[in-house]
Amino acid sequence: MSSRADVCAAAIADAFADDGEIFASPMGLLPMLGVRLAKLTSNPDLVISDGESLFLAGVPPLFAKADVVEGWIPFRKVFDVVAYGKRHVMMGATQVDRHGNQNISAIGDWARPKRQLLGSRGAPGNTVNNRTSYWVPKHSPRVFVEQVDIVSGVGPQRAKAAGPGAARYNDIHRIVSNLAVFDVRGADDTVRLLSVHPGVTVDDVVAATGFELEVPAEVPTTREPSLEEQILIKEVLDPKSLRFKEVPEPEASTGAQGAQGAPS
Amino acid sequence: MNQGPRDKQMAIDEVVAELRDGMTIGIGGWGPRRKPMALVRAIVRSDLKDLTVVSWGGADVGLLARAAKIRKLVFAFVSLDSVPLEPNFQRARQEGSIPEVVELDEGMFQTGLYAAAQRLPFLPMRAGLGSDVLVNQPWISTVTSPYPDADGAYEELTAVPALNLDVALVHLNRADKHGNATYLGPDPYFDDLFAMAAERTFVSCEQIVDTAGLTVDTPVQRLLLNRMMVSGVVETPNGAHFTTCSPDYERDERFQRAYAKAAGGSDEDWAAFSARFLEGDEAAYQAAVAAFGEEQA
Repeated sequence: MSSRADVCAAAIADAFADDGEIFASPMGLLPMLGVRLAKLTSNPDLVISDGESLFLAGVPPLFAKADVVEGWIPFRKVFDVVAYGKRHVMMGATQVDRHGNQNISAIGDWARPKRQLLGSRGAPGNTVNNRTSYWVPKHSPRVFVEQVDIVSGVGPQRAKAAGPGAARYNDIHRIVSNLAVFDVRGADDTVRLLSVHPGVTVDDVVAATGFELEVPAEVPTTREPSLEEQILIKEVLDPKSLRFKEVPEPEASTGAQGAQGAPS
Repeated sequence: MNQGPRDKQMAIDEVVAELRDGMTIGIGGWGPRRKPMALVRAIVRSDLKDLTVVSWGGADVGLLARAAKIRKLVFAFVSLDSVPLEPNFQRARQEGSIPEVVELDEGMFQTGLYAAAQRLPFLPMRAGLGSDVLVNQPWISTVTSPYPDADGAYEELTAVPALNLDVALVHLNRADKHGNATYLGPDPYFDDLFAMAAERTFVSCEQIVDTAGLTVDTPVQRLLLNRMMVSGVVETPNGAHFTTCSPDYERDERFQRAYAKAAGGSDEDWAAFSARFLEGDEAAYQAAVAAFGEEQA
């Protein structure tokens, strides 16, 4: 059985497989790994950056210096591409709710938060302009909440309520967590379970989710990465095994390697 | 006889002397990148108060918040990147010590600066619609397009208000004494936009060179600021420390960790950090930073 981190990387890669020639903007380690895996496999047309200001022609390992550069993408041009729409961003989410709204701003009351986080960053603009997905490395009822404290990223229902100016390009594509994959195409634009990762049951996911999740009658298992993908992840993209810091191997895994931590 | 454009060189304290209580001050750079930290430190040492600070924030916002200089903060995020949450900012928000807070989407922030730079009251965009940015800032209105879309509908868009600044403070790699300035790093950020959104702009720089020197080994496209946008120029070597100022220097991660630890620690921790680094002038700061670097080496 593949490591959970590798399953997540492949699930993230799949979220970008059908995007065509657009700017893939991953926030965080696993999204970066998944996007680069997609570029090496299902979608070589993806445009990727160093996360700073360069479009990379090659697909270097995580955090490696660029080899060949194919473009310039300073922050001001990122905003241009957001509005242009040819972009798919995968952001983190401190909270995500039943309607696919996301919060990275603060926990508690906005006027005087219990815990101040980053601020809403580009989430409000991303979600009404370009395709947006979320990555949650630690699925729990504290992250998957009934209602987010502050709406940074806009889910489809709120976008529709705000009118065509907001809804026209609102496209919340996937939520990938360390347990499962979701979209927001449940009844009334709610979060729907698409697949559970190998070794995870539907009940595990329901128990770790703080809202009523739409669960189809048949829930497939998230695919395992192919041998080629596993080699690309391990040998090319993440030889330092940084991915296991974000997604450690679950201790109660049903797999034989479960309790032994990250497979080497 | 043509004397040429005027010499705008100033000292750090002369820049601060131009500022007044209650002013709206835009701070260039981005998060922990190319911030005019020498000027920020001088404001921290000053008696200035009740400032409105407009910044894609990093330690500039953290330091000013901790020094209780901010009456109103306009931000989209405050982060040190390698330390994701800015401890001084976090503390200020959680204690409620910044009286007024305006949280924008980071693209709205750019649009607000564009509106100010173009002397428009607002510019329309999608960002903000449906999000709590418009709930928590109920004074930000929407505007209905006068033009129908393909379906005959009239789109309602966010009317991003102009972010008019009294003063912009920015830090670039090289400038001449007249205020023409180049960035040599990977990203211009939005320093030209800050300058045009402001009544007056003060540029700090790593090095003042003669005008010909600005393009002697640097493409002309890197000349971000023209002197007509600039009121004063200050040479402050290492003046963006501890933020990045590529290629002159990268972020001082060790120092940033020490800053974050003190900021997130006890009052005594912060008092000790402040006494060691922030209470003297810029020369004293740079000497203390050099000593810190040697200790850590």
